[in-house]
Amino acid sequence: MDPRADGPVPVAEAVGVTKRFGATVALADGRLTVAPGETHALVGRNGAGKSTLVGVLTGLLRADAGEVRFGGSPAPAAGDRAAWRRHVACVYQKPSVVPGLSVAENLFLHRQPRGRFGLLSPRLLRRQAAELLEEWAVHVDPDVAARELSVEQRQLVEIAGALSLGARFVILDEPTAQLEGRAIARLFDRLRDLRAQGVTFLYISHHLPEIYEICQRVTVFRDARYVLDADVAELGRDELVAAMIGEARGLVDVGADRPPVPADAQAALELAGVTVPGIVTGVDLTVRRGEIVGVAGSAASGKRQLAEAVVGLRPREGTVRVAGLPIRSGDVPAALRGGVGYLPGDRNIDGFVPALSVAENATMTITDRLGPAGFVLPKKRDERANRMITDLDVHTAGPGQPVSELSGGNAQKVVMARALANDPTVLVLVQPTAGVDVRSKESLLGAVDAETRRNRAALLVSDELEDLRLCDRVVVMVGGRLVAEHPRGWREADLVAEIEGIGAAPDPGDEPGPVNGTASAEREQR
Amino acid sequence: MTDTSTAAPQAPVTPPKPGRPANRLRLARLRDFALIPPIIALLVVGYLLKPDVFLSQSYLVDTVLKYQSELALVVLAEALVLIVGKFDLSLESVVGIAPAVAVFLVVGQTSVLGAPWPAWTVLPVAVLFGALIGAFNGLLIVRFRLSAFIVTLAMLIALRGLQLAIVGGATISNLANRIPVVDDLGSLRIATIPLAIWIVVIAFAVGMVVLGYTRVGRSLYAVGGNPDAARAAGIRVERVIWLTLVVAGALAALAGLMLSARLGSVAAAQGNGMIFTVFAAAVIGGISLDGGKGSLFGALCGVVLLGLIQNVLTLAQVKADQIQAVNGLVILVALVLARLTSGKAQD
Ligand SMILES: Nc1ncnc2c1ncn2[C@@H]1O[C@H](COP(=O)(O)OP(=O)(O)OP(=O)(O)O)[C@@H](O)[C@H]1O
Ligand SMILES: [Mg+2]
Repeated sequence: MDPRADGPVPVAEAVGVTKRFGATVALADGRLTVAPGETHALVGRNGAGKSTLVGVLTGLLRADAGEVRFGGSPAPAAGDRAAWRRHVACVYQKPSVVPGLSVAENLFLHRQPRGRFGLLSPRLLRRQAAELLEEWAVHVDPDVAARELSVEQRQLVEIAGALSLGARFVILDEPTAQLEGRAIARLFDRLRDLRAQGVTFLYISHHLPEIYEICQRVTVFRDARYVLDADVAELGRDELVAAMIGEARGLVDVGADRPPVPADAQAALELAGVTVPGIVTGVDLTVRRGEIVGVAGSAASGKRQLAEAVVGLRPREGTVRVAGLPIRSGDVPAALRGGVGYLPGDRNIDGFVPALSVAENATMTITDRLGPAGFVLPKKRDERANRMITDLDVHTAGPGQPVSELSGGNAQKVVMARALANDPTVLVLVQPTAGVDVRSKESLLGAVDAETRRNRAALLVSDELEDLRLCDRVVVMVGGRLVAEHPRGWREADLVAEIEGIGAAPDPGDEPGPVNGTASAEREQR
Repeated sequence: MTDTSTAAPQAPVTPPKPGRPANRLRLARLRDFALIPPIIALLVVGYLLKPDVFLSQSYLVDTVLKYQSELALVVLAEALVLIVGKFDLSLESVVGIAPAVAVFLVVGQTSVLGAPWPAWTVLPVAVLFGALIGAFNGLLIVRFRLSAFIVTLAMLIALRGLQLAIVGGATISNLANRIPVVDDLGSLRIATIPLAIWIVVIAFAVGMVVLGYTRVGRSLYAVGGNPDAARAAGIRVERVIWLTLVVAGALAALAGLMLSARLGSVAAAQGNGMIFTVFAAAVIGGISLDGGKGSLFGALCGVVLLGLIQNVLTLAQVKADQIQAVNGLVILVALVLARLTSGKAQD
């Protein structure tokens, strides 16, 4: 049975796992073998079944068929959560900590140390938590509430908690999708240290360079099936992509042939003195028709808040004009009517309504065009949605499927479809490709490229250098101000240096520690 | 470790092509009808208990349904509020206070606000008063961001007190003779069906069309399902919540007037304790307490189910002093049944 009989006993192993949700086959043949001490990548396109396999491996989903083994012995019974947690832990994109409790309380949830008289001892709890965090070198104060943690800190705390339960196999499902460059680098350092201490990881990501950076072996899924597994060092990037998308066509460089913006192009979006108190200060920026302007910056730079202020989600000072007409502050419907198409930065927070269907989510901003006098005709809605599903290649059972049942990347495509739906003059996109696979990234960015070739414009806020490559112009934000501007063809090193504030205006936020730096900034975004 | 292993052999499983939408839709519809089997079962039980009367129109319509008509309207109101993601406990006190105020202004021994007012004002005044209560709740919940649960609980207590003050512990009775509108509401029949039942049928029909096929209606689900996403999509979240609370207040007031009309009086305790049954019916009918989920058809089924259960219990000669306890138990059983037949978690 063991496909690697000559090697060490695998930490985790899945054979022939299948899983259906109603008519959808989420996993037709899931196979995985993770050897001790390695960091194992699991890759595949959106909807390939990666998260489904993770659900089966953590015992949260029951497979229809197939087998899971940990360290050579069969997986625990389905209901025995404690036993599963001793074998395997998973850090999801959605937080699984209790927000109101402190870090220490979260770490020892339901197994708090007891002091005198068998009562709980806060002192003992804090000491043990501090020791635990120390042991795994997680620099977080055990007394702060979990809701105060940044994404990155939260992930590390969850890992430490899992390790203290005895698990030495940790699954990371797209841990870097909401992290900026510096935070990713820090996370990787921690992962390498932990690996040296004997922890095994299963690492899921759509960023292929990350796979080459920290993984030793990779398993590829395609169309709900295992396709291959290989040593990372022996599998070239092109081969990997080919295995994922099932054809040997290389990826195209979206936007490489964008025509220059004509000198006499009219302004589509004009910002003058846009200020969000305490976060963004006096931003002046003009985006012309036919132009894509990228906004780069750290999480603390206020770039996301700038976008939110433009669409009216945050009260602001200063003026915003779309196609020459002023847009009222703090009024989202007015901004949308004025010609803004908006894609929120974190789909899980304000991107979609999980219980509603793909069609309703995708057409939420254009309900006035789907029937007479305030009525919405389902037939029209589904027609419209079907077109969007085809255009953006959304992997779904149909327009009536709730978005909560879609895989992460496909949900992101639905949110993108909505941004494009109201024929906007200017697209305001925040992290448009978060969690989207390599090929779909191409089609999403391709859509932005195509939409903005003539009359439209786009403001593209992103941490991804790949997204920013598409832009005709990239501005850099530091500490709430625009500090630099680059035409297409910028050098990565320059941009990164500016984003991190080297040689630019000083960051107004205080930085208490290496990890704490981004915490305050990311908290502001909530 | 071995090198690149080979591609997977084709297992005999169907390719992961998306399922047909038709299937899914049919499934979703089926869930809406989850309460139909238990309702049919109760009809059969009722028939077996009293074969001669149970399935007759006079029994089903005039005994079972008529007594559920006010409850049904309040459930409709509460369902809207729950779908938009809020709570309204004060609806049961609106059921009492709205007719009390309107009737008092017409027949009360008072001269405030130029009373006595003409008899026809009873209906508009009651409905307007209910809407005003909803608007005030909305002010506190939306503008001042207070918890809907506590705001409407406090409102419930305050309105109860006000009602005692107006009705004065006694009962304003003999309304049918004094106010023609009330008489109509209580006894008029159209095509042999009581007016109250027509009102319920029309209210639910309109509600279903609005919730299913209009922008406002769909935005209720969006706001209840994820207010942040609704806001980012350009829905005026606060306005939608406010509007829902106002409509709910007006519906509860109408229900109150219908109750007064049926009884021919306004009692000091009118509506007391009703809210528990309202929530039970809504939840049995599949309305989620977390917001954003549920259908009015389900809620209506919940009301009918509860009504049938009560009548079957009476037919089975459960003693009046035990019916309360049995009723509570039965609600629990109905919840479990609804959970099992719909396959959905109730939250
Ligand atoms: N609860 C569910 N009900 C119905 N279908 C589901 C459910 N969960 C997942 N699916 C379907 O199963 C398929 C696989 O989903 P999965 O989440 O495993 O993809 P993934 O590989 O993690 O993709 P991504 O990279 O986008 O996160 C998708 O087509 C998805 O629509
Ligand atoms: Mg996934």
